Amino acid sequence: MASIAGKKSGLTWAVQISVAALVLLWLFPTVGLFVSSFRTADQISSSGWWAALFPAEQNEVYRASDPDDTRVADGDNFVVTGNIFEGDPREIRSWGVSSRDVSAYQPGETAEMKDGETLTLESDGNYVWRGDDKQLSGRGQRIFITATVPPDFTTGNYETILLSGSGQDNMAKAFFNTLTVTIPATIIPIVVAAFAAYALAWMEFPGRALLIAAVVGFLVVPLQLALIPLLRLHLEIGIGKGYLGVWLAHTAFGMPLAVYLLRNYMVGLPRDIIENAKVDGATDFQIFTKIILPLSFPALASFAIFQFLWTWNDLLVAKVFLIDSTGSTTVMTNQIVELLGTRGGNWEILATAAFVSIAVPLIVFFAMQRYLVRGLLAGSVK
Amino acid sequence: MLTENPAVLGLLTIVIGVGGCLGYFYFSNLILDKLIFPASGPKAGSNINRANMVRPWLFLFPAIFALTLYLAYPVFETLRLSLTDRDQGGAFVGLANYHQMMAEPKFWEAVQNNMLWLIIVPAASTAFGLLVAQLTDRIKWGNLAKSLIFMPMAISFVGASVIFKLIYDTRPADQNQIGVLNAVWLRFDGGIGSVLFLQVLPSLVLLAFAGIVAYVAWIFARGIVAKGEDKSVWLLPLRLFVAVAGLWLIWTSLSSLLGIWTTQLPYGEPQTWLTIPLWNSFLLMVVLIWIQTGFAMVILSAALRGIPEETVEAAIIDGANPFQVFFRIKVPQIMGTIVVVWTTITLTVLKVFDIVFAMTNGQWETQVLANYMYDKLFRANDWGVGSASAIIIMVLVTPILVWNVYNARKEMK
Repeated sequence: MASIAGKKSGLTWAVQISVAALVLLWLFPTVGLFVSSFRTADQISSSGWWAALFPAEQNEVYRASDPDDTRVADGDNFVVTGNIFEGDPREIRSWGVSSRDVSAYQPGETAEMKDGETLTLESDGNYVWRGDDKQLSGRGQRIFITATVPPDFTTGNYETILLSGSGQDNMAKAFFNTLTVTIPATIIPIVVAAFAAYALAWMEFPGRALLIAAVVGFLVVPLQLALIPLLRLHLEIGIGKGYLGVWLAHTAFGMPLAVYLLRNYMVGLPRDIIENAKVDGATDFQIFTKIILPLSFPALASFAIFQFLWTWNDLLVAKVFLIDSTGSTTVMTNQIVELLGTRGGNWEILATAAFVSIAVPLIVFFAMQRYLVRGLLAGSVK
Repeated sequence: MLTENPAVLGLLTIVIGVGGCLGYFYFSNLILDKLIFPASGPKAGSNINRANMVRPWLFLFPAIFALTLYLAYPVFETLRLSLTDRDQGGAFVGLANYHQMMAEPKFWEAVQNNMLWLIIVPAASTAFGLLVAQLTDRIKWGNLAKSLIFMPMAISFVGASVIFKLIYDTRPADQNQIGVLNAVWLRFDGGIGSVLFLQVLPSLVLLAFAGIVAYVAWIFARGIVAKGEDKSVWLLPLRLFVAVAGLWLIWTSLSSLLGIWTTQLPYGEPQTWLTIPLWNSFLLMVVLIWIQTGFAMVILSAALRGIPEETVEAAIIDGANPFQVFFRIKVPQIMGTIVVVWTTITLTVLKVFDIVFAMTNGQWETQVLANYMYDKLFRANDWGVGSASAIIIMVLVTPILVWNVYNARKEMK
């Protein structure tokens, strides 16, 4: 196959380039958010994030230090020396001493000003300002520079979002709330569904086919239908809005997919092993825990990833079953939506908050992609 | 209080939940075998048989309980609620809620937008997915490329909304644009490049789209008149529907073709993209397409690998070019998978809520059914109309539900 395709090298190049273009197009949005989360509010609002990746030319104004305090006698004249950058050096491309011509001089050149004083500026920001007693008095000389600013990134946004921020800007609580929702809501359905899947795959009883068909049907029932009746039910039986309600809801909403995936996998396990175990006197419970569960690990992992991503990323179920009017149990997705409403222009907060919530699923995704793909294939390709 | 700490509470729930489940399964089996039907004594044989008849239901009980209470019961309860009025103490009001809903322009806006979503998102995601799957099949770094295009699957709809809001961001004309879309837009000045990219290219895309739609509609419509086709009764409505929908789509694309060449574009002015009706719906769809393409790609790529190599080799030996191999040999063989991908994405689209909720909240004519329903339920507190719109979503899903169950049953036989 490869040899046949390899003959058309022109086409292969076209394919390579189009794939590269598609990948870049698909990555571009996420990278934009990622880069923005490391920029300060000023940087974000003054230039597009793509500009942040390259050194930029920037015009800045500085002042030489106050001559009355810092001037040193040098013969008849006085000298003020120093560096215009205070611990934040950049490379000066050109400079000037008047706002009308901000790039009149190259670094190293000496500017002679109208009243006879001189100023020399090196490319690293060191300056020497000479003049007589009258000239070197009052305020420091203004220096206009055009500098190349290297790409500049900060982790300050993350500090705000995770540690120091107050109120809505702090996601730490929402992060733990999300975790609190997600972990039980991932583990419990697996246990329940695994037993059911085993019964549907390896036990004989009347109505089995009907049940499997029902599970397939439940796969597509929109959970929108469940919102009102279940919220009413939860309020009536006293669960109310809270973690217990959202765990139950996620468990049940994940159940059809869990049963379906696990049953399809378990049906494919070799019959001999199970029958031999039965002949040897193992009970169904033993067969399940000792043989089926360990063998089904790939399917369990697949579902676990699905359920984890789904519960972590969920907004609707949390809004309906969990978050009450006090908002103390808010999850990250909900907090981000609220930020979009109240802090719509503060991209440094928004981008960082969004990235904090995206980071965990992304790690899970890249670490366990194999199982995710396998689960997707088992779930839809039949 | 220690027990009020959510982390401790969560841990406790995991232990109680998982332990409870395992305990339930273990002890119910134990009780069944040792107490109710002991496998000893005079009736040992029949007891074992009886125990084995009961056991599947022990295993199934929690799952069935959850499914019934959380998925089956709500369907009927929602149906009942949609026929009652909350303000009248839950009195039965017949179809009044549906009438009220039908009289609202916002509802029809949602239906219309949902139809657009239903056509465009599955079509675009499947097409992109197929394209990427085919292209990455033969190149060395194909797996890396796939993994990167698949990545948005892990990103929440809310996260994706933030990502794309940054792309669509608008600044006043005298400032640097920080949204990519506006930055690109301001590069167009009405010159030859603008004509090429904003008029010629979209025209070609529209023409190609209309062509494909015409082809598909013709395949379906042909069966109404032509001989030798399957003329079963239940296919006729489907054929008619596809034909009519096809005609409508062709008409829409041709009329927008005219629009492309007659509209004066406001060059040089930054646009607030999410407030321009119709365009904003498309921009929201882009978010979902971006997410779903990876899903389509993964499944279609597996299907492409499953194609027997002999068929492709035979076609190449017979002189087929790569495009013919793809469209005539490969696509027909994975048609079943394409349908599955299409329907799965259709289901996702019907339930899409987060994207619209986070980005526009249905303003500027971007409403969709799921968000309309949320609006009615939790903002207007109108459970009747909210339930009615949920039932509409259920009705739209039902054909897929029936089709899936039908296929699943066929397979098991």
